[in-house]
Amino acid sequence: MIGFLRDRKVRDYFWQGLATIGLLAVVWFFVQNASENMQKAGMATGFQFLWRDSGIEVPFNLTGYKPSDTILALLWTGIVNTILVSVVSIAVATVIGFSVGLLRLSRNWLLSSLAGFYIEFVRNIPLLFFVLFWYFGVLAALPTPRESMGLFDVVFLNRRGLSIPTPNDLAGFRIAIVATLVLIAVQFGLSRWARARQARTGRDFPLWAVGFVLCGALPLAAFVAAGFTTSWDVPTLRGFNYRGGFVLVPEFVALFAALSTYTAGFIAEVVRGGIQSVRQGQLDAGRALGLSPGRVVRLVVIPQAMPVIIPPITSQYLNLIKNSSFGAAIAYPDIVSVFMGSALVATGQAVEIIAITLAIYLTLSLFVSLLMNWYNARHKLVTR
Amino acid sequence: MKLNELPRILPPWAETLRQRLFATPLDALATLVCLYIIWRISVPLIEWLLIDATWDGTTREDCRSSGACWVFIRARFGQFMYGQYPLAERWRVDLLGLLIVGAAVALSWRGLPRRKEASILALIVLPPLGVWLLYGGWGLKLVETREWGGLMLTLFLAIYAGLIAVPLGILLALGRRSRLPLIRFASVVFIEFWRGVPIITVIFLASLLLPLIMPTGFNVDRLARAVIGLAFVIAAYMAEAVRGGLQALPDGQAEASQALGLGYWRTMRLIVLPQALRISLPAMTNEFIALFKNTTLVLIVSIFDLLGIAQAALADPAWVGMNMEAYVFAGAIYWFSCFGLSQWSRLKEKRLQTAYGR
Repeated sequence: MIGFLRDRKVRDYFWQGLATIGLLAVVWFFVQNASENMQKAGMATGFQFLWRDSGIEVPFNLTGYKPSDTILALLWTGIVNTILVSVVSIAVATVIGFSVGLLRLSRNWLLSSLAGFYIEFVRNIPLLFFVLFWYFGVLAALPTPRESMGLFDVVFLNRRGLSIPTPNDLAGFRIAIVATLVLIAVQFGLSRWARARQARTGRDFPLWAVGFVLCGALPLAAFVAAGFTTSWDVPTLRGFNYRGGFVLVPEFVALFAALSTYTAGFIAEVVRGGIQSVRQGQLDAGRALGLSPGRVVRLVVIPQAMPVIIPPITSQYLNLIKNSSFGAAIAYPDIVSVFMGSALVATGQAVEIIAITLAIYLTLSLFVSLLMNWYNARHKLVTR
Repeated sequence: MKLNELPRILPPWAETLRQRLFATPLDALATLVCLYIIWRISVPLIEWLLIDATWDGTTREDCRSSGACWVFIRARFGQFMYGQYPLAERWRVDLLGLLIVGAAVALSWRGLPRRKEASILALIVLPPLGVWLLYGGWGLKLVETREWGGLMLTLFLAIYAGLIAVPLGILLALGRRSRLPLIRFASVVFIEFWRGVPIITVIFLASLLLPLIMPTGFNVDRLARAVIGLAFVIAAYMAEAVRGGLQALPDGQAEASQALGLGYWRTMRLIVLPQALRISLPAMTNEFIALFKNTTLVLIVSIFDLLGIAQAALADPAWVGMNMEAYVFAGAIYWFSCFGLSQWSRLKEKRLQTAYGR
């Protein structure tokens, strides 16, 4: 009998059973209370509210949403706004982050301490502080539309936001995009051919230089050409405000500025750590084999640093997506602000709305981490 | 070789300077550009912050110079620290602060007799004592949490959420590495769920759903909801930090302890956790810094912590246009706190490395 109790398997089952019963009891208790409380408060349940008219105004939307649309359309507008600010901020944060991280490693003492100063400054202050600071401190202090700061008379910045021109016709840009895709395909084929030839004959091919022209310079030229041949809707001052073009509202500009500069500080640290993780001996060995400094960086440092850099950078990207919800503090119409805020107040269906919002963020997070895992698996360093 | 072709030897300081700032023409150019930028930014900044600033006075009219108006901070200093906490009761906050600092200083002194027992005692006694001192009751005047605010609220949120998050995080980390699949599964779901959603939604969730899932008539205080919400999220992040330490520890440690006949909990308590926590201390400090910064989000549910008070102060008609002063003051407090914490953890880490001779 006692021996039976000493059996590890039996005890494992016992503890797991106990834990499961305990957890279920707690969940049951909460659900019971919730349904009771909701009945008492006369709260509606179910997801029918999603198809009701929202009647909520969203000042900044790319989806063509109107207050007479459904709440589902409102949610979609919020999702698009969240994705918009996240994508733009991720791109800019990556560029700033890599630059600052590399500068931090600079041999020049002044450059490296300036980069260090930036990193320490940004990382030790709350993000909400930066969001509020950009919105109430910087953008509110901008001039009125009449005294806008203009750039080449096509882009205007004032306290109502950033007015940018929009193309009237997208045909030219479609051609440019197709051309870019074709050039990337050509570059891809070329790289396979070059690698095969190098394996066969040992002859080198200036792949990076060609790639720079094919995937960088030529597409850029195509887009510039498209830009010059299309007619633009340029914002112009009429009365008290700018008409025409597209206005990036100050909420967007403030959130974007805060998110990208803040996350850049964290990315810079990741980049610095990743590059420093490559041992000096590796670099020396590369030089000893007669590789040029550029090729040491390309063939020795980057392939070894990237696997160290990618995982933490992924979590920074995820953080940025989640942090885009800070926009709710300045009423940038993202998911949290329009759905968890406005729609919740309008319908009162807290449980459903919170569940949907959390599900969306979890899906977004899962999607990005799957994507990055896939990338990571492909670029994993193969060791002995 | 002729004598005059010998390289000119610079004095050592100049040689260091040359290598660090002017090694190549490009380097020299970068240095000069940087110096120019620093000069252009720092001169007006210092003028605004210090030289042209107004320090003395009582009202907005005293600020006539072009610099910062620190009179504003002076006039509202009490609010920045205590929010709307009644003036006559503020000594309670100060007393608690003194007690915490005193305990921390005493306990960090290595020569303290019975240091371990004293630490445990402080951890058991201080938190409830703090709630009693701040909230009142039992002979003290009741101060509702909606009157709390400012820096004291920020510290309260961070400390109390941290007190829940650290033990919970350790348990979750152990759960995630447990032999029992169900426990492991539950821990993974808990950790990944809270890590996958934004903190702002968690604070919303806590403030809207906690009253809903409690029995009727059982009221959870607004501030307690925020503490619980923050604590759950940080616990999930803490768990990952602790897991890093657990993974870094060689399996042999736990195996040796089991060979000596210690059970699971004693193995963890006496052998594994003391070593693992030491390794994960820097990561845990980072999570605590993140928690400290994220307490600002309670602004969303109208709880006014330091940043919230600064934000609210901007709406005061008597002090229009003091945005920069308020932000600089609040930002500086956050910066020094977080920077101090991270330096402390770096120091600890270094001491540890020398202790292990690594």
